[in-house]
Amino acid sequence: MTAVSLEAVPSDGGRTAPAPDAEPAPLAPGARLLPALGAVYRAQLSRARVARIPLLFVATFQSIGIMVLMRGVVDGGSEARAVVSGSSVLVVAFVALNLLAQYFGQLRASGGLDHYATLPVPPAAVVLGAAAAYASFTVPGTLFTAVVGSALFQLPMVHLWVLVAVVPLAGAALAGLGAALGLLAPRQELATLLGQLGMSAALLLGVLPADRLPTLVSYARDLLPSTYGVEALARSFSAHPDWLLVGADLGVCAAVGVVSLAAATWAYRRATVR
Amino acid sequence: MCTVRGLVKTYPAARARRGVPAAPAVRASDGIDLTVRRGELFGLLGPNGAGKTTLVRQLTGLLRPDQGSVRLLGHDLVRHPERAARLVGYLGQESTALDELTVALAAETTGRLRGLDTRTARAERDAVLDELGLAELAGRPLKKLSGGQRRLACLAAALVGERPMLVLDEPTTGMDPVARRAVWAAIDRRRAERGTTVLLVTHNVIEAETVLDRVAVLERGKVIACDTPAGLKALVADEVRVELVWRTDPPLDVPEVAALHEHARAQGRRWRMRLAPEQARAAIAAVTGGPAFAALDDFTLATPSLEDVYLALGGHAEGTEGLVKA
Repeated sequence: MTAVSLEAVPSDGGRTAPAPDAEPAPLAPGARLLPALGAVYRAQLSRARVARIPLLFVATFQSIGIMVLMRGVVDGGSEARAVVSGSSVLVVAFVALNLLAQYFGQLRASGGLDHYATLPVPPAAVVLGAAAAYASFTVPGTLFTAVVGSALFQLPMVHLWVLVAVVPLAGAALAGLGAALGLLAPRQELATLLGQLGMSAALLLGVLPADRLPTLVSYARDLLPSTYGVEALARSFSAHPDWLLVGADLGVCAAVGVVSLAAATWAYRRATVR
Repeated sequence: MCTVRGLVKTYPAARARRGVPAAPAVRASDGIDLTVRRGELFGLLGPNGAGKTTLVRQLTGLLRPDQGSVRLLGHDLVRHPERAARLVGYLGQESTALDELTVALAAETTGRLRGLDTRTARAERDAVLDELGLAELAGRPLKKLSGGQRRLACLAAALVGERPMLVLDEPTTGMDPVARRAVWAAIDRRRAERGTTVLLVTHNVIEAETVLDRVAVLERGKVIACDTPAGLKALVADEVRVELVWRTDPPLDVPEVAALHEHARAQGRRWRMRLAPEQARAAIAAVTGGPAFAALDDFTLATPSLEDVYLALGGHAEGTEGLVKA
């Protein structure tokens, strides 16, 4: 900013001659991806502490309630695994998909995106930072649901560490989807509606045992990214999990995550420039 | 340094939806030419809907103009709107992106997203919060603050991370006098120390008269005048503003009052008019001396304000309050 000098400050009501624009002024540096992502992540996390903790309780109790209900219907075996893993991943769907879709829908409708759009921040940093923060909120709820479910249905907990991969990967896929829905929905109410629908789909298609679903619905189940997180977690409950299949499921989650986060970043760009 | 030429932006017509009537297309910027000089405190003045916010959104890269050019510090912002973020600190009207953050985190995060490293962002955050008298509120979330305090916190976020130009959309709305003074002091300091250029949107005439170097008056997407506040007021300097307030109905049977009625813009029992000084003297003599005095509740004589300039230029703001929203 050496080009801007004190003598240019008019104290006489602005009658100073205009400074010539011979040299374009140097541009201030933009924010780089990782530091900006970190800043957004941290800010979103602190927002959540204020505003989202009650919703986390709701998400967790909803899942636990479903498991208690299903206990009367399901009697162990693969169905019990499906119910516990479906309920655990449902917490991720509730927060990452539903709440994030609502957040971005509200931000876009209220003009809040302008704040980010007038800062030199890479779009991916805003989307990934928010998605990562929302996925992080789900960790305690998912863990708690999985532990309670395992106890409820007498499933082994030795392989629950697989949640370390399931939560971030399913979180990425669902948060990307949620962010894209929120940013693309033409109206805020539609964003909310789509988020709710996505979560309902995750609930029905994830919690209900797959082999009881009609064929058409089971195709829909295959399309839902959370399904692969559910499957990976369900497989890990068996005494000798087939780690290859678990890895394949998680690979699908990761691939969908990359695609959906890229779509969300594109949607963000589209929403900020008019 | 900031040159706008032939700027046109039209919002498309909206179809009627349930509960929302159809709206015709609006030409919110209708061939705007402006030059803001380096280091200037330049104001955009106009009633609601005059196109002030649309104009600044095009200057900050948020809105693509349909036609025209915007050059800022040698950069073409129509071709490279993304450069605006690296040249301009912007305070918009909305705070929803920051509402759930604490004042300190809002300022720090904004600084980080302006490309500062953590240590610099924190140092600047502390300096700005002290400067604006927000240090005590640093730990409170924005949405728990009053409107004026929240506005001040958003301004703090806009000031972290130095920029050669600040675009502030109604920065002092809802603020008490102490906060206002802090805002103007902070802006003056940046202009004196760094030669920062400031573009300000306002519809507060009194503020515009006292702080601005130059002001452009906007009306329906057009610049209808652009000069120093004193220069603009010189347009109506040979006139005096007279306001009369009647107790009940104006005594139109008095001939002098009936004659005044032709010049007056009446709002309820209040009449406002601009008159030549000798006419004003005669009018005051007539209403304070004769039978009209019994019907008179109050009167004022004043030199014209920017409000009068706006009206003299043919401003069409709804309601006689026009620009002022103190």
